[in-house]
Amino acid sequence: MVRLNNLCKTYGTTKAIEDISFEVNENEIFGLIGPDGAGKTTIMQIVATLLVPDSGIAEVCGMEVNANFKALRKHIGYMPGKFSLYPDLSIEENIEFFAALFGTTVQENYHLVSDIYSQIEPFKDRPAGKLSGGMKQKLALSCALIHKPKLLILDEPTTGVDAVSRKEFWGMLKNLQKKGISILVSTPYMDEAALCDRVALMQSGKILQIDTPQAVVNSFNEVLYAVTSDKVYKMKEYLKHSNYCKNVHLFGQEVHVTLNTGVIDNVVTELKNTGFSNVEIKPINPTVEDCFMKLMVQ
Amino acid sequence: MRIILIFLKKEFAQIFRNKMMLPIIFVIPLVQLLILVNAATMEMKSIRMVIVDNDLSMASRRLASHFLASKFFVIDNYMSSAIQAQQLMQDGKADVVLCINRDFEKQLLNESSAKVQATFNAINGMVAGIASSYIQAIMADYQAELIQSGRYNRPVSIGVAGTNVAPAQLNIQHRFWYNPELNYKCFMVPGVLVVLVTLVGMFLAGLNLVREKEIGTIEQINVTPVKKYQFIAGKLIPFWILALIELGVGLTIGKLIFDIPIEGSLFLLFAIAAIYLVIVLSIGLFVATITETQQQAMFIMFFVMIICIMMSGIFTSVETMPNWAQMVNHLNPAYYFMRVIRMILLKGSGFKDLLFEISCMGIYAVAMLTLAVRKYKKAVA
Repeated sequence: MVRLNNLCKTYGTTKAIEDISFEVNENEIFGLIGPDGAGKTTIMQIVATLLVPDSGIAEVCGMEVNANFKALRKHIGYMPGKFSLYPDLSIEENIEFFAALFGTTVQENYHLVSDIYSQIEPFKDRPAGKLSGGMKQKLALSCALIHKPKLLILDEPTTGVDAVSRKEFWGMLKNLQKKGISILVSTPYMDEAALCDRVALMQSGKILQIDTPQAVVNSFNEVLYAVTSDKVYKMKEYLKHSNYCKNVHLFGQEVHVTLNTGVIDNVVTELKNTGFSNVEIKPINPTVEDCFMKLMVQ
Repeated sequence: MRIILIFLKKEFAQIFRNKMMLPIIFVIPLVQLLILVNAATMEMKSIRMVIVDNDLSMASRRLASHFLASKFFVIDNYMSSAIQAQQLMQDGKADVVLCINRDFEKQLLNESSAKVQATFNAINGMVAGIASSYIQAIMADYQAELIQSGRYNRPVSIGVAGTNVAPAQLNIQHRFWYNPELNYKCFMVPGVLVVLVTLVGMFLAGLNLVREKEIGTIEQINVTPVKKYQFIAGKLIPFWILALIELGVGLTIGKLIFDIPIEGSLFLLFAIAAIYLVIVLSIGLFVATITETQQQAMFIMFFVMIICIMMSGIFTSVETMPNWAQMVNHLNPAYYFMRVIRMILLKGSGFKDLLFEISCMGIYAVAMLTLAVRKYKKAVA
């Protein structure tokens, strides 16, 4: 569905992306995972025909993007990271406008958006600018889908959306996948990576790893420990400078560490002697985020 | 075409949903016309004059009474000392000081020639110039009276230093064509209409486009198969129509309230306004393509508009500008439209008379539109 080959794009002296190559298969949910500034949006814009790369080749639906952008736009549904529908037009006017631009009608493709659009349809006369975050997102998705695209490009669709709506949103994506739509989605939330078929972990314009979420987790070939105590932040700082630990990262109320072999007892004793109380350490299963943190350090 | 119609429907829906739009269309022209036309008048009605009469003769009083009778001068001070009078001017309490010499009458009788001195406060050069011409007119009046009265059997001349020239009785009658009463409003109303049309054309369309950039909707449009020209047409046409309506509203107000003459063809006026609008809309669009925010766009457009309007001859005549300014004005679209609208309304000029202006504007419109569209393509492709 999408094939990228050695894409590079530079803004001034900053390299936004460097040597990016990956493929998105037919009917796959492919996730670009990485922090802000990793280059996710740049890749999305190139695939969405909005940006011309400095070098490299991008192909969508078997067509080279730069040469065929006019034809491709009929097959691509793009939802930018920032809500960008007309705030002074109503829900209904927005979706009808975009349907009309693609030469179709809301009725014609209603089946495709029905389970999303039906949720906001009761408010169809409300201006889009006055909707809640979750409703805006549903409207934007409906507008991106209304012309029955083959490829859906979603740039950080869940940023700034509450946890419940996020979960619901991923449910919708899974449903769309069942209807035969390929999805390229980006997100800074590592927990969402597990919901993709395959992910590319990105950092500073480069891809660190591409694989299924499970394979990414499996590639974490060390034992990961979660350490807790009463002073988590201080303990993290302490562990960072100790000789026992290789990787130390703060995860909420826990510190995730990988250790040199055979030192686990020493760590606990040392922490207790240094004055940390309620110290607990237990092995855990790594998440995509742990893998990402580890790759980042390397 | 279908796509353009979809855009027009959307734009008009947005325009009329905007609560500022009705005031913009109807209140702004009314307020601008009422304020600017009434305030920015160049008729001087109350020039403050101080008369220093050192002669205190019949002739000098007669002269003073001529000024008193004029509605243009307000004389609240008679002084006997020129120094005191200068002080009044220094304090900003007088615009003109008229000094009549001690021997005014005697000179008139004996030499048939006398001088009076007028000093102007020229901080505002325009006021000084106008006051000067009023004074000369009144002096000429007075001179005519002297000659008629026959009291002075020799030729009389005042205000001009000189010898006795045989009196050639030349009587100049002024007639002001196209604006016989020198009604300043007939001059200003068309000028304000140009400002209005420029404002609506340049600002509304340009800002509308930058707004799409600002809120990001332009990205969403760019991923649709919509062609550039369709999008631009969708942006230009609504404001083009709106500005023409605005011109109609302004003309109606001008006719109803100020009773301005409409000598020429209104159809021709609107046709030329349509061309002019293509120019200013394109300028607005061009500015929109090179800016990122409404604030930036606003500043640049404001800058452009002030220069265009001030240079166009709205207040001051273009012919009195220095040569280089007149040359530069050929690049000023408002200059052409300002000429055209006055010529059509006041003079009743027809298509043939305006051929030069129309061709210039036509070329300008095509060039500017091409430039804007090309620049726009580059900016987003």
